Amino acid sequence: MNGLVLGGTYALLGIGLTLIFGLMNLVNFAHGEFYTLGAYATFAALALGGLNFFAAVAAAIVVGAVAGALCERVLLRPLRGESIDTTMLVMIGLWIALQNAELLGWGGVAKSIPHPFPTAPIVLGPVGIAPLRLFVVVTALALIAASWLLIQRTRLGCAMRATFQDRETAALMGVRIGRIHTATFAFGSGLAAAAGALLGPIFLAYPSMGDLAALKAFSVVILGGLGNLPGATLGGLLLGIAEELGAGYVSSGYRDAVGFVIIILVLLLRPSGLFARSERIG
Amino acid sequence: MNRALAALAALALLTLPFWLASAYHLHVVIMAGIFTILALSLNVLLGYTGQLSLGHAAFFGIGAYTSSLLALKLEWSFWLGLPAAAVAAGLAGWAIGRLALKLRGAYFVLVTISFAGVISLVSVNWMELTNGPLGLPGVPAPELPGLSFRTKPAYYYLVLLAAAGAYLVCHRLVHSRVGRAFLALRENEALAESVGVDPTRTLVVAAVVSAALAGVAGSLYAHYTRFVSPEVFLFSYTVTMVIMVVAGGKGTLAGPVVGAVLFTVLPEALREAMPWQWQMLAYGVLLVLLVFFLPRGIVPALQAWRR
Repeated sequence: MNGLVLGGTYALLGIGLTLIFGLMNLVNFAHGEFYTLGAYATFAALALGGLNFFAAVAAAIVVGAVAGALCERVLLRPLRGESIDTTMLVMIGLWIALQNAELLGWGGVAKSIPHPFPTAPIVLGPVGIAPLRLFVVVTALALIAASWLLIQRTRLGCAMRATFQDRETAALMGVRIGRIHTATFAFGSGLAAAAGALLGPIFLAYPSMGDLAALKAFSVVILGGLGNLPGATLGGLLLGIAEELGAGYVSSGYRDAVGFVIIILVLLLRPSGLFARSERIG
Repeated sequence: MNRALAALAALALLTLPFWLASAYHLHVVIMAGIFTILALSLNVLLGYTGQLSLGHAAFFGIGAYTSSLLALKLEWSFWLGLPAAAVAAGLAGWAIGRLALKLRGAYFVLVTISFAGVISLVSVNWMELTNGPLGLPGVPAPELPGLSFRTKPAYYYLVLLAAAGAYLVCHRLVHSRVGRAFLALRENEALAESVGVDPTRTLVVAAVVSAALAGVAGSLYAHYTRFVSPEVFLFSYTVTMVIMVVAGGKGTLAGPVVGAVLFTVLPEALREAMPWQWQMLAYGVLLVLLVFFLPRGIVPALQAWRR
């Protein structure tokens, strides 16, 4: 069950990252920072803004999406058409800058995010689960479903899929590539912020939390195949469960090594991802 | 004119411990030398083949641990430990290269990050071998009959020699047949293949040389600070190396040297005015600004300006 809690949020992180990679051909090393931003935004909305918990989580998602849109407009728009290495360096710069800005702004001490749920577990047959964790799983799955609907059923999603398949043709058909890029980056960042807002209350919010999250996101994306949306969803759930089992059966000291090992093994054995059949999103 | 300048610079470098009186300043210069080797090593991959390694701290750390462990557990002398460090790091570079350079690009970056992550976790968790997060104290300083490298001036000459050696290795490499193949691959892979360059094999050569040089730097670092801990795997080391190469000028030989000296001396000079976290923040911003305004780096920009 804990595996599912982690897995759901990993899937959120992975979907955002894989969309950004597939559509914008961008390796987003700053992805983890939007996760951190989500957690801190929740904390700020609760502690300073006085919002209730659910509104704070929603606010965090909005903050993440807006920050993502801003980054895309300011940093990535002028570099469109540059090589993937150039944008990668910019994203590494952004990652380091944001992380240290957070360290300066919030201090190195981890913040715990209060939540309104009772701590007594709900017992369902053989398994017990804390209500907060149940909330996280349900919200994560709902957000994943919402992303699927957005991509499959809306005009924006249709334009995104078209851009993913063939940028030039999509542009010729009247899709405004610039806007799609901004929307995609905002969407991906919003999902990352959602993951941060959901996991923040379970663990703690601290400035370098995004590093591990980014690592997990990358493992998920590689597991599912770069740019593969169903792959990222399944990959996320799989990684969460694999980590829980790895920590249980091998050693908890090596829990975070599971992601690294998965990246290396998948790239070695099946470089296009575990679920590489369809080369398109949706 | 140029020759006179070069002679003057060489003279200044050779006599440096005599006129740079403060031990602290000499320490900064020694660190600049070690980072010069690291920047040169990263430049072989990033500058000449275009492959970014974000796991270079791992090769540095492997070198540091290899020669420290050999010295502490088996009482090997530094003069055997240093080549062993190069070999161990080079082997790791070979394995990573074989694994990841078939795919290249973003995949290579991810594999190198993951590799650094695994190695770092191993160094923390394998208590029996590495003493975990506490690290290994008492790494001996290099000794020669009648000469100890315990003092900073002596170590300075050792590092200077090693940095010059690393520069020569890079110089020979990039001007060799293999070096030209690096450039060909960076510029146009399909075209390079058509004239008989095997991309994976060529890139693996680059990875091995690059990793081995980083291992040498790690060994020099461990025997200088006389202490090694999992901190050698810190990601901030890799970031510093990337900044040095990108700022100095990737794909030039002088660029990494300029970048390494600049970014060792500058943070130390700014230490009073700017705490460490602000410096890391500034590094991030600087990297973004460099890509926008000085994409090719300081040395190529200076060369263009002089013409």
